[in-house]
Amino acid sequence: MYSLRLSSNILRRSIPRALYARPIFPRVRTYATPNTKATAVLQKIDSKRKESIVGGGQKRIDSQHAKGKLTARERVELLVDPNTFREYDAFVEHQCVDFGMEKNKITGDGVVTGYGKINGRTVYIFSQDFTTFGGSLSKTFAQKICKIMDKAMLVGAPVIGLNDSGGARIQEGVDSLAGYAEIFQRNVLSSGVVPQISVIMGPCAGGAVYSPALTDFTFMVRDTSYLFVTGPDVVKTVTKEDVTQEELGGAKVHTTKSGVAHDAFENDIEAMAKMRELLSYLPQSNKETTPIKYSADPKDRADEALNTIIPADSTKAYDMKNPIKRIVDEGKFFEIQPDYAKNILIGFSRVNGRSVGIVANQPLVSSGVLDINASVKAARFVRFCDAFNIPIITFVDVPGFLPGTQQEHNGIIREGAKLLYAFAECTVPKITVITRKAYGGAYDVMSSKHLRGDINYAWPTAEIAVMGAKGAVEIIFRHESDRSHAEAEYIDKFANPLPAAQRGFLDDIILPSTTRSRIIEDLEVLENKKLENPWRKHSNMPL
Amino acid sequence: MFASKILSSSRLVKSNFLVQARKSLNLKTRSYFGPSKTTEKTFDKILIANRGEIACRVIRTAKKMGIKTVAIYSDADAESLHVRLADEAVRVGPAPTSQSYLNVPAIMDAIKQTGAQAVHPGYGFLSENSEFVKQLEANNVTFIGPGEYAMQAMGDKIQSKIIAKEAGVNIIPGFNGVVPDIARAKEVANEIGYPVMLKASAGGGGKGMRIAYNDEELLENFRLCSDEAKSSFGDSRLLVERFIDHPRHIEIQIISDKNGNYLYLPERECSIQRRNQKVIEEAPSPYIDEKTRKAMGEQAVALAKNVGYNSAGTVEFLVDSKKQFYFLEMNTRLQVEHPITEYISGFDLVEEMIRSAAGLNLTTTDQSKVKIDGWAIESRVYAEDPEHYLPSIGTLSKYVEPTSYIEKNDVRCDSGITEGSEISMYYDPMICKLSTHGPTREAASEAMTHSLDTYLIRGVNHNIPLLRDVIAHPSFQAGDLFTGFLAKHYPSGFKGYTLKDSTNGIHESIQLGTAAAAIRNILLSRDFSLGKGSAAEIPAGSSDVVVTIPQFENDGVVNKTVNLSIKPKVGNNVSLSGLNEFECTATTDAENISFTLKTDWKLSNPFVNVEVINNAISDASKASTKFVIQFLDQTPLGLQLQYKGSKFMINVLSKAQEQLMKYMKEKKKVDTSNLVLAPMPGTIVSVSVEKGQKVAEGAEVAVIEAMKMQNVLRAPRAGVIKSILVKTGDAVNGEDILIELEKD
Repeated sequence: MYSLRLSSNILRRSIPRALYARPIFPRVRTYATPNTKATAVLQKIDSKRKESIVGGGQKRIDSQHAKGKLTARERVELLVDPNTFREYDAFVEHQCVDFGMEKNKITGDGVVTGYGKINGRTVYIFSQDFTTFGGSLSKTFAQKICKIMDKAMLVGAPVIGLNDSGGARIQEGVDSLAGYAEIFQRNVLSSGVVPQISVIMGPCAGGAVYSPALTDFTFMVRDTSYLFVTGPDVVKTVTKEDVTQEELGGAKVHTTKSGVAHDAFENDIEAMAKMRELLSYLPQSNKETTPIKYSADPKDRADEALNTIIPADSTKAYDMKNPIKRIVDEGKFFEIQPDYAKNILIGFSRVNGRSVGIVANQPLVSSGVLDINASVKAARFVRFCDAFNIPIITFVDVPGFLPGTQQEHNGIIREGAKLLYAFAECTVPKITVITRKAYGGAYDVMSSKHLRGDINYAWPTAEIAVMGAKGAVEIIFRHESDRSHAEAEYIDKFANPLPAAQRGFLDDIILPSTTRSRIIEDLEVLENKKLENPWRKHSNMPL
Repeated sequence: MFASKILSSSRLVKSNFLVQARKSLNLKTRSYFGPSKTTEKTFDKILIANRGEIACRVIRTAKKMGIKTVAIYSDADAESLHVRLADEAVRVGPAPTSQSYLNVPAIMDAIKQTGAQAVHPGYGFLSENSEFVKQLEANNVTFIGPGEYAMQAMGDKIQSKIIAKEAGVNIIPGFNGVVPDIARAKEVANEIGYPVMLKASAGGGGKGMRIAYNDEELLENFRLCSDEAKSSFGDSRLLVERFIDHPRHIEIQIISDKNGNYLYLPERECSIQRRNQKVIEEAPSPYIDEKTRKAMGEQAVALAKNVGYNSAGTVEFLVDSKKQFYFLEMNTRLQVEHPITEYISGFDLVEEMIRSAAGLNLTTTDQSKVKIDGWAIESRVYAEDPEHYLPSIGTLSKYVEPTSYIEKNDVRCDSGITEGSEISMYYDPMICKLSTHGPTREAASEAMTHSLDTYLIRGVNHNIPLLRDVIAHPSFQAGDLFTGFLAKHYPSGFKGYTLKDSTNGIHESIQLGTAAAAIRNILLSRDFSLGKGSAAEIPAGSSDVVVTIPQFENDGVVNKTVNLSIKPKVGNNVSLSGLNEFECTATTDAENISFTLKTDWKLSNPFVNVEVINNAISDASKASTKFVIQFLDQTPLGLQLQYKGSKFMINVLSKAQEQLMKYMKEKKKVDTSNLVLAPMPGTIVSVSVEKGQKVAEGAEVAVIEAMKMQNVLRAPRAGVIKSILVKTGDAVNGEDILIELEKD
């Protein structure tokens, strides 16, 4: 009895406070008792923990480092506040008995899981350990991940997954596949409840890719991470294409072409630092409102330069990031998918300390036209913001949807409808500023009054019309030879914000310099906005 | 009539809005040149046939004299400051200068339309175009500048020298006359001896000027020079003269009226030049004594009298090491660098020009009343990279000019832009002429240093790093100047400020690194204290950091590492809105220093005032160093700061980050050794190679023109041309690949 109590006491004392590299063994010695049985247990615990900490062993750690990659634990240490990571399931070992696996066990089984703090706020983390069985996913590996995902749901905290895995543990067969599916199911149930972020920091291939795909954001590390359903070897066999890992699923491909990744970073250290920054914009769960950060940027800061920021020539491009940065706090805009579908901008900023989501057409790229990629990119972002109570500010300068067979044949109707659907369904505060063009159906889509926009503003340079004057006149007066007069009349009538304002489709036409203070006031007013969509099992958005 | 109405008369809403926007623009009233001394009637309305800062400059004097002003503008300038400042504005054409600011018929129309009685041409454009003056005279419009004869006589470099010689002015030994072709140029060059200077006969402002030290360079430069002359001035004629080594460029400002009064004002020294364009000027010159000043002034007046000059004009001289001075040319216009003369002489040169044009006497006609009041320095702030002087275009996302330093009006900014303005590829990339004044040269240069440190420019690359370094350079401080100053002291271009030991015994890298760590800790604390107001708790583990600072040494960059402990002096909180005091200990390879750092940084403020006090020094005045840095941006692992003009990318790493940094791989830079890239946005003037051609390293492969300057692009190494991706006339962006070489 006595010895039992003692040993449990020792156990409690010897739970390591530090993340790793603080073996309990030396400390145990000072409490050494004559009870050899207890000592043996402690020694065993200690040696297992040590095993767990080194994972696949020093040789594999060295090889990981040689690739310019950090180990699973090093990454976690950089991600969380110092000394805040609490590991779960460090002693888990796989239960596979086939192919000699019963003799080949590594404590921890290839994934580090637990929770920690980022700027004092709880996050659940799993970090796949490439040094242990190549980070391959076993049944127990999956169970460890599922456990922290369940906990995150229970307490309402974000989940960050650091992916670096060779794929399924083939020796386990269907157990491994089952493990993936268990994770997928939790990804789906967590979706819209707690923020889920995936960082791809090594290979992520096969079925494994679908977990990141189901999460809210996927980030990559340049040159050391790959995402693909089938690797170059299989591709070669099946389609005869000769392609490298980088060309098939490197960071460049996924941030520019496929849009699968939301951004990529130079290296592991930068990636972890940027994740900490991203988290500062997000609430812990869908039950929380957005976090507020002290802002030294004055609420009523009027920005005279905004009054002339829109070029006088309405065909001239300008960078929409400039007005955005002039309006938000301290000019900070955390852009999401900066290199994909650049004709639309999405990202997080703050106004008067409060997180907001920004959606804006980018006249600098293809005149800011809405095409398939831009619509899908923005739609998913709008839905994220809506799910997590982040108000959306939309800046509109859009000439319409992109015409052409390429777009039509690839389903611009269905894909464009996604953005329309997202804005229409959205119930968080929505503020819209039309800076210049708002033409055609794209006007409707871009968080218009008709889609329950809470506050819709136009700058005096706004033009709200079915289409540009030239095109419109060519249709209305198609049989007349001299259309210049009609064109002038059309410009006079529609190439300004008054018609829309006269119909109440705009709440006001504002001097651009006042935009910041107006948005801040509006968000204060809208703080307690309550709007609910009708009850249903779930909606059926066009997919 | 307002600009926008003319631009798009139907857009009533827009133009009304723009009127409102213009009115809301808070324009500073400036009084560097004092109140108007003119009570007589001059003109009711004048048109300024120029753009940018000089148009604004002329408008300001016209306003104080009660004269209405008309601006002209191209499409690119419809919203620019000079248009907003003027009482009226008329569009004269699209962006290219040949179709707008050089478009004489459109300008004549604008004069008729607005009823302007006189035209001030500013500098450049039509300011030295005697044809334009003739047309004005024919239409009974007064030209605010010299008469057509004087302009023509001085405008031609060859004729001006003959006249100067007649007037008893010292001239440069050499050949006087246009050289028709390369063969003759070679002959002349060998006659007068190398080095020789090739100059556009019709030119000025450094465009179309090149030096040749031997026959080969002469051959190459002759062609470039005549091309440039042709594109800039529409006249490809060149002349050749002896090039004087180690010369100073010193010039005399003269003013005269139509009633026979002539004055020479104190000289300006403009020896700090790049590509023969002035960068830093000062008045008076640290080199000129009273005797030389008088001799130069009298020769300048003699020349002006000889051609019946009546307006403001400048006689440029080269001065050699024996204080011998040689006539260079006479500029028959208001010079760019006139503000420094105004500072030390008290004259408003634009006012004098307007008076003269109106037939009035100069405000003073007595040479003995011309005095020198203190010292003035001007820095030309350009939108260009400070290393290679390549122009940078873009929008000025943040722009705040420095304000007075010690006394009212001791800092003067002549600019034609505001925050949000665009630096376009069509015009000169000058952002501002920053001038400072003080009782002594030291005082003026101290004011300049402070002004450059507190000059906020974001959105375009600018040359403040170079200006700041030159002003602080020991040779500049000693007044040891010559036109080759930049080439001598920055032989491979300006790389960046070299951090040094500071007066308080703490190396600048430690001071700057600690300031960066303090800023980073304040920012971290805010993130850590979401929703908790303006006092923020320092997160655990953030007081021990490792700072890395790139250090410029012998043309290379070395990262200097400082281990730092930085803690708030009291408690565990920092203020996000006021003064913070940190106790710091820095450990480098060499030393272990403890000091106190104070900063008043507020999070949204671009300026960070810092004081570093060395705890080991008891004398408070010696222990303390104060400096101001600019907060440019946050990077994933640190900050970008501007210190003494130069940008520094500083990493502030936690211990954990620092320990793991060694595993991160240096990313391979894209191999550009086989490529010729466009160094800037511009137009391809010519491609001089063909596919498959063998080229030597440094051989000319193409010529690109941007902002009226032609730049030769050279082969990065010897090799065979693999492909040519552009053709003559193509517009290219900076970094575009123009030509590829075969791999070895």
